[in-house]
Amino acid sequence: MAWLMAILQTLLFIALAPLLSGWIKRVKCRLQNRKAPSLFQPYRDLRKLYRKQPIVPHPASWIFRAAPYIVFASTVLAAATVPLAAIHLPTARIADVIVLVGFFALGRMFLVLAGMDVGTAFGGMGSSREMTISSLAEPAMLMAVFTLAMSAHTTNLSQAVNFVLDTGLVLRPSFVFALGGLMLVAIAETGRIPVDNPATHLELTMIHEAMILEYSGRWLALIEWASQIKLMLYGVLIANIFFPWGIAQTFTVNALALGLGVITLKLAVLAVMLAVSEVLFAKMRIFRVQEYLSFAYLLSVLGMLSHIILEAAR
Amino acid sequence: MSLFLAGISVLAALLSALAALVSGPNGLLWHGMLRWVGQATFRPARTNERLTPGRFSRLARTMPFVLLGASGGFAVTAGLIALLGGATRTVTLPFGLPWLNWHLALDPLAGFFFCVLGIPLIAASLFGPGYVREFEHGKHKLSVLGLFTGLFVAGMELVLLANDAFLFMIAWELMSVASYFLVAYQHEHATHRRAAFLYLLMAEIGAIAIILAFGVLAGFSGGLTFEALRSAALNPLWASIAFALALAGFGMKAGLVPLHTWLPEAHPAAPSHVSALMSGVMLKIAIYGFIRFTFDLLPSLLWQWGVLVLLIGSASAVLGILYALQQQNLKRLLAYSSVENVGIIFTALGLALIFQSSGQSLLGTLGLVAALLHSLNHALFKSLLFLGAGAILHQTHEQSLENMGGLIHRMPKLAALFLIGTLSISALPPFNGFVSEWLIFQTALQAGSIQSGILRSLIPTASAVLALTSALAATCFVKVYGVAFLGLPRSRHIARAREIRHPGMLAGPALLAACCVLFGVLPMPLINALGALTQSLTGFVLPNISALGWLWLTPVSPEVAAYSPALVLLGTVAVGWLCYYLLYRRTGLEPRRAEPWDCGFGGLTPRTQYTSGSFSMPIRRIFEPVFDTRETVEEQTEGPASTRVTGLRYQFQVLDRAWAVLYEPSGRAVTRLARWVGRVQTGNIRTYLGYAFFTLIILLWVVS
Repeated sequence: MAWLMAILQTLLFIALAPLLSGWIKRVKCRLQNRKAPSLFQPYRDLRKLYRKQPIVPHPASWIFRAAPYIVFASTVLAAATVPLAAIHLPTARIADVIVLVGFFALGRMFLVLAGMDVGTAFGGMGSSREMTISSLAEPAMLMAVFTLAMSAHTTNLSQAVNFVLDTGLVLRPSFVFALGGLMLVAIAETGRIPVDNPATHLELTMIHEAMILEYSGRWLALIEWASQIKLMLYGVLIANIFFPWGIAQTFTVNALALGLGVITLKLAVLAVMLAVSEVLFAKMRIFRVQEYLSFAYLLSVLGMLSHIILEAAR
Repeated sequence: MSLFLAGISVLAALLSALAALVSGPNGLLWHGMLRWVGQATFRPARTNERLTPGRFSRLARTMPFVLLGASGGFAVTAGLIALLGGATRTVTLPFGLPWLNWHLALDPLAGFFFCVLGIPLIAASLFGPGYVREFEHGKHKLSVLGLFTGLFVAGMELVLLANDAFLFMIAWELMSVASYFLVAYQHEHATHRRAAFLYLLMAEIGAIAIILAFGVLAGFSGGLTFEALRSAALNPLWASIAFALALAGFGMKAGLVPLHTWLPEAHPAAPSHVSALMSGVMLKIAIYGFIRFTFDLLPSLLWQWGVLVLLIGSASAVLGILYALQQQNLKRLLAYSSVENVGIIFTALGLALIFQSSGQSLLGTLGLVAALLHSLNHALFKSLLFLGAGAILHQTHEQSLENMGGLIHRMPKLAALFLIGTLSISALPPFNGFVSEWLIFQTALQAGSIQSGILRSLIPTASAVLALTSALAATCFVKVYGVAFLGLPRSRHIARAREIRHPGMLAGPALLAACCVLFGVLPMPLINALGALTQSLTGFVLPNISALGWLWLTPVSPEVAAYSPALVLLGTVAVGWLCYYLLYRRTGLEPRRAEPWDCGFGGLTPRTQYTSGSFSMPIRRIFEPVFDTRETVEEQTEGPASTRVTGLRYQFQVLDRAWAVLYEPSGRAVTRLARWVGRVQTGNIRTYLGYAFFTLIILLWVVS
C-alpha cells in the first residue's frame, strides 16, 4: 500500500510538473500585459517535441544520446524521495536529502557532459557556466538543508517534515535564514531570472539553454520535462519543509485529498511569487552571480549559526 | 595463516624485484648469463631456439609483473582473513639489531590496508606489461624499473606488518627511497630530476619527524615495540608534541597543505602504473601510519588535535581541488586531486578525533569508518584514473588536456572505464565516492551532541567546506572528461589515436572500475567487515549500521538517515529504461546525423571549442586570491618607432601559493644558513689543524 502510494505520488509529480510551468508562464504574461497561452501549453509542447525526429550532431557520442534518459531518471528518483502530498512514504528511506542533492548533481553531470560532447563553443560555454554556478549553489543548498537536519536530528525528508509538524508553529530564526538561502539557491539551480533566463536564446547570456542547444525531438522533450520537474521539486521542498501544514500523515482518502489540495495551493502561491520576482528583476551579469550565491551561502551559514547559538536546546 | 600469506606477499614483491634484476633483455645479469649458457652447453643453436629474444623479452617483461600480481593477490587474501577474523597474529623474526628483533604483526587495521594495497596492485600489475613495452627499447633499463617497483611494494607491505618502531622506519625508508628512484626513472628531463630531489628531501624531513615522534613515545616507555609504546605514560604536553610530530611526518607523506607541493611534482613524473600506486596506495600507507600512531599508540586523545586535523584537512581538500581545476597536465591534475582526497580523509579523521575525545565514541567510530572507506575508495578510483591517463599517454604520448578531445570515439572502452572513475571521484550516487562522503556528512551532522559551542559551530562549517569541495571536484572531473574524451580532437596525434590492444591494459582499469561500482552499490558487507577493526581501535562497533537490512545504510539509526544505493541504481535503470522503451521503441523514430546547429554560426573547428583553461576560467576568477597567476604578453615589433606588431607571445601560468609562501623562503633560509656555517671552512690547512688541536684539547679536558 505504502509503496503503491509512493509510486502514485511520483507519477503525480511527473504529470503535474508541466502544469506548474504553464501556470508560471500565465501569471507572468498577465503581469506583463500580454495575452497568456493556455495552461496546458507545456503539455502541447512536449507532445509536439515527442513526435519530431531527433537529430544527432556529427561529433556527438553515446553520451549525448544517453544523457536525456539519465537526466530524466535522476530527476524522477529525486521526485520520488520528496514528500508531495503525504509523508511516511517508504521511498524517503532509499534516499535522504543529501542523496537528493546527489541526484541533482548526477543529472547535471550528464547534461554538462552532453553539452561538451557536441564540440561547439556554446556547448562548452554553457557547461562551464553551469558547473561554476552549481559548484557555488550546492554548498549553499547543503548548508540550508543541514540547518534543517540539525534541528530535526534527521536528514530523512519525511521525518524532517514530521518534526516541523510536531513542533507546531514556532518562529525559528534559523529556519527563516535557511528559507531565504534555499529560495535563492532554487532560483539559481532551476535557471530562472536573475541568474539565467529560460526564455532566451540570446547567445552570450544563456547558461542552461546553451548546453541543450543541440537537442531536439524526444530528447529535448525529456530534458524540458526534467527541468519542469526540478522546478516543481524545489517548490515542493520549500513549501513542505517550511510550511508543511496540511500534508497527509495518514493514507486515508480525506487526508490525501486535503494534502493534494493544500500543496496545489502552496505551489500556486509560490509560482506567483516567482513570476512577480521574474517580472521585477533583470538578469544579472555572469560574474555577479557569485555575489548572489555567496549571499545565499551567507544566509544559510547564518541560519546554521543561529541554530547553534540560539536554538540548540541542551 | 594470515601472517604467513602476508609474508608470502612480501616475498613475492621482493622476488619480483629480483626477477627484474636478473632478467630483462638489457638486464644486468642477462648478458653474462647468456654467454655462460652458450659456453657451457656447446649448443648455442638450441639455446637460441628455446629462448628466442622475442619470447624471452616478453617473459622477462611479464615475470616481475606476474610476481607483483601474486603479491597483490596474497595481500588481499591475507588482509581479508585478518579483517574478518579479527585476531592479531604476531611473530618475531631473528633479524635486526641484537637487542631488538623484527616484530611483525597483522591485525584488522593492517589487514584493511593490505586490501587497500592489494587491489590497485593487482590492477597495476595487469596494466604494467603492456605499458612498459615502450621503455623496452628506450635508454632506461626495464630491470631498474622492475627492481625498484618490487622494493617499493615490499616496503609498503612491511610498513603495514611492522610491529616495532625500528622495523617501521626501515620499511618506511625502503618505501621512500625506492619510490625516489621510480620518480627519477626518466631522469633525462630536468623537471623529473628536480621533482625527485624535492620528493626525497620532503620524504626525509617527514621521516625525521616520524622518528622523533616515535622517540617521544619510546622515551616514556623504554622499548621500541608497539606493545611497549602503547603503555607509555605521557602527560598531555608530551603527547601533544608526539602528535604534532606524527601529524607533520605522516601529513607530509600524505600531501597535506601546505606541505603538499612535492606531490604534484613527483607523482606525474613516475611511469603511470607507478603513479597509480604512489597516489592510490602510498598516500594510504601514510594515512595508515597516522591512524596507527594516533588511535592505537597514543594513550589518550585531546579534542584540540581533532580541531587541528579538521582545519588542515578542510584546507587541503578545498585548496587541492582548486589547484587541480587549474591544471592542464592530466597526471598533475590527478595528483592535485589526491591532495584534495587526502584532505577529505583527514577531515573525517578530525571529526573522529573530536568525537572520540569528547566521549562520543560511537560517532568517533562512524568518522573513522568514513575515513577508512574513503581511503579504500580513493585508492580504487584514483588508481583507475591514473591508469587511464597512462593508457592515453601510452597511445598518444600526450599529457596536456589542451591537446586532447574526442577520445571517446577513438578509445571507446577506455572512455567507458574512465567515465566510471570520473563519476566515482565526483561523489555521485550510486558510485563509491558518494558513500564515503555521505558518511562524512552524516558524521558531521551529529555535531549537536557535543557540549562545546565552538566545536558545534566549527564542524558544520567544515562540512560546508566539504560540500564546496565535492561540488568543485565534480566541476574538475567534468572538465577532464569533457575536454579529453568528448568534442573534437584538438591535435593531429590525438585524432589518430587508437584503442588499446593489449588486453591487460584494459583489464587493470576494468577491475578497478568493477570494484568502484560494487563498493558503491553494496557498501554494507564492507562496512560490516570493519567491525573487528573499530572494536580494536575505538572499542565500538556501529550497532545500527544495517538496521534495515543489508541493502540499506543507516549510520546512526533508521530515523536519522538511510540510503540504499542498490535501490537507487535499480530505480535509475528502471526509469531510464522505461523512458527509452516508451519513447524510442514505441515510436521507432530513428535519430538523424547532421551538422551541429550551433545557433546557426556554422564552420565548426576544434579551435572554437572550450578548452581546459577556458572551462575553469570562471572558477579562477571567483577564487582569485587563492592563485598566484602570472600573465605575460610579449610583443615583437618592427618598423620605425616599433609601431608594427609582427608577433605576439602570450603566456599564462597558475602557480601554487605554497611555493612563494613556504618553500622558497625556507629554501633561501637554508642557503643563507649554509653560507654562514660555511665560513668555518676557510680552505686553509692551518685553520683545520687549529680546529683539530682545539678539539683535542677540549676532548682531553672533558675526559680528564
